[in-house]
Amino acid sequence: MVGSAPRSLLRTLSIALASAAFAGSAAAAAPLKIGFSMALTGGLAGAGKAALIAMEIWRDDVNKKGGLLGRQVEFVYYDDATQPAKVPGIYTKLLNVDKVDLVVSSYGTNEIAPAMPIVMRKKLVFPSLFGLAVNDQFKYNRYFQIMPAGPEPKVDWSRGFFDLAAEQKPKPKTVAIVAADAEFPINAAAGARKNAQRHGFKVVYDKTYPPSTTDYTPIVRAIEATKPDLVYVASYPPDSVGMVKAAHEVGLKAKMFGGGMVGLQFAAIQKNLGPLLNNVINYDFWVPESTLDFPGVKEFLARYQEEAKGKGVDPLGHYLPPFAYAYLQVLEQSVNSVKSLDQAKLAAHMHKTTFDTVVGKVKFGSNGEWAKTRVLMVQFRDVQPDNLEQFAGPGKRIVLYPKNWKSGDIVFPYKQ
Amino acid sequence: MISADLFSNAVVSGILLGGFYAAVAVGLAITFGQLDIVNIAHPAFVIVGSYTAWIINTRTGLDPVLAGILVTPIFFLVGVAIYRIYYAAFERTGQESLSGLAFFFGLMFIIEVTLILVYGVDYRLVNAAYIGESIDIGFVGIPYRMLVPFIVAVLLTGGVYLYLSRTFTGRAILAVAQDRLALQLMGADPVRVKQFAFGLAIATTAIAGSLLIIIGPVEPSVGRLYIGRVFAIVVLAGMGSIPGMVVAALIIGVVETMVGTFMGPSWSPAVSFGVLLLTLAVRPAGLFGRQ
Repeated sequence: MVGSAPRSLLRTLSIALASAAFAGSAAAAAPLKIGFSMALTGGLAGAGKAALIAMEIWRDDVNKKGGLLGRQVEFVYYDDATQPAKVPGIYTKLLNVDKVDLVVSSYGTNEIAPAMPIVMRKKLVFPSLFGLAVNDQFKYNRYFQIMPAGPEPKVDWSRGFFDLAAEQKPKPKTVAIVAADAEFPINAAAGARKNAQRHGFKVVYDKTYPPSTTDYTPIVRAIEATKPDLVYVASYPPDSVGMVKAAHEVGLKAKMFGGGMVGLQFAAIQKNLGPLLNNVINYDFWVPESTLDFPGVKEFLARYQEEAKGKGVDPLGHYLPPFAYAYLQVLEQSVNSVKSLDQAKLAAHMHKTTFDTVVGKVKFGSNGEWAKTRVLMVQFRDVQPDNLEQFAGPGKRIVLYPKNWKSGDIVFPYKQ
Repeated sequence: MISADLFSNAVVSGILLGGFYAAVAVGLAITFGQLDIVNIAHPAFVIVGSYTAWIINTRTGLDPVLAGILVTPIFFLVGVAIYRIYYAAFERTGQESLSGLAFFFGLMFIIEVTLILVYGVDYRLVNAAYIGESIDIGFVGIPYRMLVPFIVAVLLTGGVYLYLSRTFTGRAILAVAQDRLALQLMGADPVRVKQFAFGLAIATTAIAGSLLIIIGPVEPSVGRLYIGRVFAIVVLAGMGSIPGMVVAALIIGVVETMVGTFMGPSWSPAVSFGVLLLTLAVRPAGLFGRQ
């Protein structure tokens, strides 16, 4: 009996130690959870689902390399249905119930802004995916925006369009600005007004339209009646299609047309509009021109295009997916460098570092936007009808601006 | 600045747009206006019509409108089946007001989610030789993209009107809207009449959907943008009047384009709904409704 007590104690101790060791190893192997909301249904779902595919490619890449801090990465995400009102609840749940380790944003200005108060209260770093000037109001020093809008997002967004116009001879004199009644287009139009003023262009038409508009020909006719030299449009995909078709039908005689039209970057819309796009000058962030051939981007796109098959999303994925991959690369490189999830250290690292990503070198400014703008102005050229493959390679979207990335000269004036 | 050509173009554009609205609203004029069924999923069926036209157009190259016409019998049968479920679950037990509304809300979400799961969320567009081209008559420019839907809408609404006013079944549909009991006493089965009418209403969405995708790109949730507008047209018309619905659709179309051209497009919805409120204040039963 005397001898059995120490033996029993020893056995209990052994079991306890083994359990502790097992628990420790289990803790070390516990997945690192990254939480976010994403528009998987509703108006922004096309982009949201494409972004998710890119993010999952990144997750698989990281996990193949052993994960982050030795932990496999796991996503916890919910569909915000493109409804900003759902976003605060989702982030509250992610942080308080799911206990995620890191958060990143959903896609788009309207979905990012509602998450900000929740994320700020917890003092988390917040890599963001394509929000325009969201931090202008919040001034949060742990916000990092992957869209290359630049330090003054509203103004930088249309800077290239107006800088290009000002270089033309004879210099255009008048501009029409038209925007959808929604957060992003209104911000873009506000920036366009400042750029027009900076270059001394007279604004002859400046109006917004409701997103439920069906026919855009009356709007384009009203614009044409003011005889503007430039037409700057800030619109969402259905409106962009309507505007381009209406410009052709009405016979718009402006010298430059385009600017801030979302949707002209999407392969299905490019294919359908075909030659109607020729000579339109519009913003973009990445196109397959030789000047933008960053390490890893073509490999990433090949994998994205494989994954996107049959999923009803953008088959080429030039617009958003590389940036959805890149904003997680920024997070990955930061966590690996500071070797912890300490949010203050991560934020400090993100502020001071230049990151190598599939969308090129990324350096953030003090407000969390790109330190230097890289909003491209591209001109559609020699587009043929009903041909998707033509957009996969160079030559159809010529980069005109900024000069560092320029791949060709402007065709001016705009003529179909 | 009002010039004659801008004014004429705005009026013509408004008429063409109104014609398209009439095509979208004609089915609702039957279900909501005549059968008293608040089919909030009506625009979602229009989107299904758009997707059907898109599938046939991309796979066979058939004109989207012909594709829409081709599938109307299938839509009719789907409409009949939906009414049978609605009748058995709600109308028979007198729960059609609130529960029925919830049923159609649910149906709308099911349609949207099904489209997303099957076809994804990318924008869908169709090809036809006339899309993107226009014809000039004097100084009035008419895009074929709007002219074709207008012509089809005139034929569709005219056909529905003639059917309802000149055929036995059509008159029975009008009768069931006015006095269900009297119809029963005449030996007709109001449930069969209503299921036929509901099927007819859903059949029109196949054509309306094909017109929508000619005008612009479509994704699964785009139908929501039309809910307020089509209900406003039916109410403005006077609940169930087909000629009234056409006039109301034309008024909304012309008001939208005139305001969009001369005041600023962002005022269009406010002015359109202002016209609706003003009309209802003067004529509570709508333009062509019985006082």
